[in-house]
Amino acid sequence: MATEEMEQLVRREYKEGFVTDIESDTLPPGLDENTIAFISQKKGEPEWMLEWRLDAYRQWLKMKEPSWAHLNYPPIDYQSISYFSAPKRPEDRPQSLDEVDPKLLETYEKLGIPLHERAALAGVAVDAVFDSVSVATTFKETLSEAGVIFCSISEAVRDYPELIKEYLGTVVPKNDNYFAALNSAVFTDGSFVFVPEGVKCPMELSTYFRINAANTGQFERTLIVCESGAEVSYLEGCTAPMRDENQLHAAVVEIVALDDAYIKYSTVQNWYPGDEDGKGGIYNFVTKRGDCRGDRSRISWTQVETGSAITWKYPSCMLRGKNSIGEFYSVAVTNGRQQADTGTKMIHIGEGTRSYIVAKGISAGKSDQSYRGLVKIGPRAKGARNFTQCDSLLIGDTCGAHTFPYQEINNSTATVEHEATTSKIGEDQLFYCQSRGITEEDAVSMIVNGFCKDVFQELPMEFAVEAEALLNVTLEGAVG
Amino acid sequence: MSEVLTFLETLEARSQQRAEEPTWIAARRQAGAARFEAMGFPTRRDEEWKYTDVRAISQTNFALAENAEFSQAGAAALTLPIDAYRLTLVDGVFSAALSDLDSLPQGVQILPLSQALSENHEAVGGPLGRLTGVEFSPFAALNTAFMEEGAVVRLAPGTVVEKPIVLQFLSRANTKPTMCHPRVLVEAAGRSEATLIEHYTGEADAQNFTNVVGEYMLDRGAILNHYKLQEAPLGDYHVASMHVEQSRDSRYSSYNLNLGGALVRNDLISDLNGKGAEANFLGLFFGQGRQHVDNHTKVNHNAPLTFSNENYKGILGDRAHGVFNGKVFVKRDSQKIEGFQSNQNLLLSDRAHIDAKPELEIYADDVKCSHGTTTGRLDEEAVYAMRTRGVDEATARALLTLAFAGEVLEAVTLDAISERVELAVAGKLPERFNLTGLVETASALNE
Repeated sequence: MATEEMEQLVRREYKEGFVTDIESDTLPPGLDENTIAFISQKKGEPEWMLEWRLDAYRQWLKMKEPSWAHLNYPPIDYQSISYFSAPKRPEDRPQSLDEVDPKLLETYEKLGIPLHERAALAGVAVDAVFDSVSVATTFKETLSEAGVIFCSISEAVRDYPELIKEYLGTVVPKNDNYFAALNSAVFTDGSFVFVPEGVKCPMELSTYFRINAANTGQFERTLIVCESGAEVSYLEGCTAPMRDENQLHAAVVEIVALDDAYIKYSTVQNWYPGDEDGKGGIYNFVTKRGDCRGDRSRISWTQVETGSAITWKYPSCMLRGKNSIGEFYSVAVTNGRQQADTGTKMIHIGEGTRSYIVAKGISAGKSDQSYRGLVKIGPRAKGARNFTQCDSLLIGDTCGAHTFPYQEINNSTATVEHEATTSKIGEDQLFYCQSRGITEEDAVSMIVNGFCKDVFQELPMEFAVEAEALLNVTLEGAVG
Repeated sequence: MSEVLTFLETLEARSQQRAEEPTWIAARRQAGAARFEAMGFPTRRDEEWKYTDVRAISQTNFALAENAEFSQAGAAALTLPIDAYRLTLVDGVFSAALSDLDSLPQGVQILPLSQALSENHEAVGGPLGRLTGVEFSPFAALNTAFMEEGAVVRLAPGTVVEKPIVLQFLSRANTKPTMCHPRVLVEAAGRSEATLIEHYTGEADAQNFTNVVGEYMLDRGAILNHYKLQEAPLGDYHVASMHVEQSRDSRYSSYNLNLGGALVRNDLISDLNGKGAEANFLGLFFGQGRQHVDNHTKVNHNAPLTFSNENYKGILGDRAHGVFNGKVFVKRDSQKIEGFQSNQNLLLSDRAHIDAKPELEIYADDVKCSHGTTTGRLDEEAVYAMRTRGVDEATARALLTLAFAGEVLEAVTLDAISERVELAVAGKLPERFNLTGLVETASALNE
């Protein structure tokens, strides 16, 4: 491909970069116990929740920011971040879509997320998060008929305190890591899903995250619980407008699966990755962990990561129940000066537990990408089985792709396999396609999509289409 | 810190006995001691030592050997039955009686470090410590502080050494645990070729600490086959830091065979600095009882058109703990690289334990790199297949275990070594049936 054409395409602007002008009820930057008390009060939380947050905050103060990841970014000043931002009129929350601020809806339109249409046509209930506060929740009725609780975490704290007390922080403890502790102290919103015994959730649940007000870190907290025999598929997707300053995002996602439960968690992440020089862009430090507490339970993580300047993310599974299953499917694409250190942890504790990891990394431009994973087989995990496949595709000679898999095996009956390859798109593959009249651009797209197919086929249908498009856009012209 | 002080006191006592040295040695010794004091012994909080606890070493007060006395008969039983040039160190002290360095062919120099220093210390000062400096690890720093003896091997351009060169390190059953910090320095000039065998062995009851630093420099087109047969006594601690530097078109093959030692740590690094350089890393580690064997390897592809191939196999029984950490590094613009890495581990018991970490760090796009690692037990179907053919279970398991090791041993071209390792593996398998006879029959048939 012609170099100019390639460069032109690489230099494409971030399509979803625009700012919606909505007055935010925003805290001044800074973090201390008063900030936390303010957040807690704003959310109308009970006393125990505030104590919980303060405890996390005190532990966070004693912790050190981790530096082991293969990432390079300037130190984050946690005092220069504003920890609360809510759209106007938080007390006067809209009760239905019609009451939603039309400007918000417009934003979603621009993002290609026609909330009402999608909700109606695709049968997806959308709990849309705009700057930390849920503004619209649809299809609540259908869900409540089935007995499924799907609401914002703040509502859950107020309405279902018993469930929150029982499960919050049991998968990712407050002091689990630096960012999880920070999140526990200041989390502002997120989703809560509870599927009772034997219920198969009648529709796919979806939350769209969106960071808007400048300088506001977003600290989401998601908790999904499936009781015995319950099933749910949860979709998370995100976009963010263009910004100059780095925005911090430190989310925590906790998933609990009891006996025979099945939870599928899919993410498409396309936050602003920064400009060509790596200026701006989201810092994404996420702690995601699933707990296969029950026998034969199954948790499946699928992620397509194309955005963010810095990604630090390791969706994990604690396989405690007998014969429980953990899965991780990931496509990570980095371009420009993006850096990603991502992977998974599979902790096999129970007998006959199985895990399956497929990680595909594509690096282009001047980006750097690492797969970092841990497979741990405990002494009681008889007959545990793991297979890991992680492949990297390098596009251009200025990017980097790294693999750091850890295996800790304490049981001789376990079988653990790991395979990794690193390569580029073969000249012969391109030639083969071109000789059949396929343009180079299309050929690259085909090859890349083929490379990622194992993961895409795990995504729910509409997400898969979106992911494929996203991948093509992200990599457009990166190959020459 | 008190552990560090114990070592520094021993060092201080030693330096008072020592005759005056060239200033560069004294300076490096000091740098080593300072670095060691600053770093202290590594703990499991250090990423490089995450799976290896060295307290068994740091908490022992080791003495230094004063002489190289060793019974001829005892040594003969331990020595590899190979026709070779031989240099022997006993607890780190050179033994002329147990060495065979006469009639070296032209272009070959094999001498104890002390002799090389007294003959021309400046010629040693340049290369020594160039690859493994005091910064590398606390153990490398400790070695530099204590270094006194070792082996210097120099090959003139174009020299092809027919017979293997054996560096033999014997560990004695001393009344007090003893430590030694030998150096190995190999300078292979252009187009030279040699087979080097480092053989670590000793008396069964020994409880010593060997902390060796090896530097291997391969000039253009040089070929070095490097065997490290580590059969240290089961009470010994063994730390080896090996660093290879390869120029254009050189070929380095490492056969890292680990059978002995209570606590073993190997660091093997190769820098592929010139086009066409090739590194082959083959390894086998076999742990029984409570042995701990840690292998860290790193291949640095610093130049385009370089090749590396790695295959490490681990067999762990009882409560043995194995560690494999292999890294393939490709520098920016090092295009047309091939780097392959494979690690397979066999766990023979429920309490055996392996931590594996195969890493790739790649900054160029026109590369073919892969790594694979598997851990499991013997294939039950294979055991079953053998039993249906009349082989009893214990024998079937033993044979399959040997076959597993066989993939690495096949590449060993020196029969004396591969047979010795096979026998050691067969003899130590937990099954009652002893395969020794079988291996001997097989070798007889081969001949």
